[in-house]
Amino acid sequence: MKKIVLLFFALIPFLACNNDDDTTTPVVESDVSINFTQSFDNQSITANEFSNLEYTNENGEQLSISRLRYLMTDIVLTDSDGIETVIADYNFVDVGESTGAVLDAPTKFEQGDYTLSMRFGFSDADNNGVYTDLNALSWGVPAPLGGGYHYMQMEGVYINSEAVNTNYQFHTIRAAQNPGDDVTLTDTSIAVNLGTITIDGSATTIQVNMNIENWYKNPNLWNLNELYTMLMPNYDAQILMNENGQDVFTLGTVTTIEE
Amino acid sequence: MFLLASCGKDKDATVGYTQTPAEIATPLIFQQLIPEAVIPDNNPQTQEGIALGKRLFYDTRLSLDNTISCASCHKPQEGFSDSRALSLGVNGTPGTRNSMPLTNLAFNYFGNFNWDGSAATLEEQHEIPITSPVEMHSTFADITAMIAADTSYPLQFEQAFNVTNVTKTEVTKALSQFVRTMVSGNSKFDKYLLGEATLTAQEQNGLNVFLDETRGDCFHCHGSPTNPLWTDNIFHNNGLDASFDDRGRGAFTGDPNQFGQFKSPSLRNLAYTAPYMHDGRFATLEEVVNHYSEGLVFSDTIDPLMKAVANGGVQLSDADKADLVAFLLSLSDPSFINNPAYLPN
Ligand code: HEC
Ligand code: HEC
Repeated sequence: MKKIVLLFFALIPFLACNNDDDTTTPVVESDVSINFTQSFDNQSITANEFSNLEYTNENGEQLSISRLRYLMTDIVLTDSDGIETVIADYNFVDVGESTGAVLDAPTKFEQGDYTLSMRFGFSDADNNGVYTDLNALSWGVPAPLGGGYHYMQMEGVYINSEAVNTNYQFHTIRAAQNPGDDVTLTDTSIAVNLGTITIDGSATTIQVNMNIENWYKNPNLWNLNELYTMLMPNYDAQILMNENGQDVFTLGTVTTIEE
Repeated sequence: MFLLASCGKDKDATVGYTQTPAEIATPLIFQQLIPEAVIPDNNPQTQEGIALGKRLFYDTRLSLDNTISCASCHKPQEGFSDSRALSLGVNGTPGTRNSMPLTNLAFNYFGNFNWDGSAATLEEQHEIPITSPVEMHSTFADITAMIAADTSYPLQFEQAFNVTNVTKTEVTKALSQFVRTMVSGNSKFDKYLLGEATLTAQEQNGLNVFLDETRGDCFHCHGSPTNPLWTDNIFHNNGLDASFDDRGRGAFTGDPNQFGQFKSPSLRNLAYTAPYMHDGRFATLEEVVNHYSEGLVFSDTIDPLMKAVANGGVQLSDADKADLVAFLLSLSDPSFINNPAYLPN
């Protein structure tokens, strides 16, 4: 890290010299931000919609959402030469607290085409780190389940088959088999490739949407009556969530502000 | 001149007194796991400010009739809380909520103090007990007059803040500096994390119950070995009541979705801080654990983390309950309540 900083400062005089050279075409750059949104069957969900018992999943259970927190990691834009720029190592979204919805890239980007990729949850390699801010948010996974951090905490109420309002906790973590000292783990974080984005104008905002209904359908039809609680130590449930999560995140609108 | 200035007692004709900076004594476990203490830019910790804050904290002259101080409801031996369910203010008037322990408040990153988060900073918080009719029922006019007439307060305020005309601002700043020094991170469990102590079989099983989503599942709200504050410092309805005399967070924000929510208390120092909950309804930890195990009551805002509410809870076995209590007690820190830095001089 120190080396990079030194290199950076060492370059400044050279960069400054370039200004004298009038022959180079100026590079046009844009601010970039990513806007994380959520919806259920195209109805947008923010803290204002919390606790409305009015969403129906594929299996027909009526449900509400009253807590939704999730972690996106390795958020990267790759240019047409394959050069990657990291926008953030991780971004924690808490819909109820209205935090993390807008992620501003720390640097400007040259205009042009890029691919946007990220990951739902920490990959195993990153999951072993210590993240003090996430610790303070009680985002950790207990050691008997292999430690690391939650990927998502989605909770609310659903109406069960006996018509009783019942709390559900749809928590996704790295799948853990045989909790305790001999736990074995399967990385169930999800690579999210959002395709090509054109960065243009003075600023570009890229919407990334979580389509919540997709957690409950393809390829596994989710029956909340069977799988609504204590899912963290449930290895099989974590695998099903991983499978259903593959198409949950999609590219929304890309908005450009002209210069 | 340089040497004199650095010892903090000297007065420079133009800039006044120089204060001696003080650090928050951050336990190793905290350094490893959580962000640094939050110190506002406009109220840095200084030795002079802390000493003054401590004096004010124990001074009964901050109340209307000179009978109670902060320490009357935040008693050192009671984990800086109060063994009365509802503390008594001046004239013996009880308040409506249980006093809160003053522990690790410099590590509240979200700026929500009191059971309902009604104060965004400690400085702001301290105005409330001083003026509340059911607490100290004083006014800042009375307090600053008392300070001006005192033989040593004026010099102490000048040394700490370079003011001769003391106002509410300096009084609350000094108190906050003292309260921020109150750090607890030396319990048996902290020592266990550092490899300096071993847990009994009971405590170890209690920890497992605490961390097990199918049994206690306490960690989602109350921290864990990776969140040594032992609280998430946010608001939940943990299923105490079907309807609310005290709407808690919802009374402050006006949001009906938050009726009956209160800030998760830290589970540190429970050995000293009975009774429990925002109204002190439970006298013992056994009662608390029974509540989570079989006493949960449904209401519209009950936290979705509360499980098997229709049956009152997940029905822990007697052995798991006892072990859970044993584990909770391992989070108590005798060196905190006996730390001379926090006790009256
Ligand atoms: C009459 C009893 C009483 C007195 C005197 C009193 N307090 Fe409190 N304190 C309480 C109660 C009760 C609460 C919880 C208030 C609430 O949630 O509405 C509280 C809450 C607090 C909190 C918030 C803690 C947290 O975790 O958010 C702080 C800080 C505090 N008091 C500091 C002080 C200071 C400093 C003084 C002296 C200026 C003081 N108190 C005097 C009873 C008292
Ligand atoms: C949904 C979040 C949540 C969960 C899960 C939870 N608690 Fe709590 N806990 C709270 C809140 C909020 C309060 C304060 C409630 C009030 O006073 O109205 C509280 C209060 C307490 C208190 C009283 C502390 C004091 O100083 O008054 C103890 C002890 C406690 N909880 C232990 C536990 C244990 C043990 C578990 C697991 C069996 C647990 N909690 C699970 C949120 C939670």
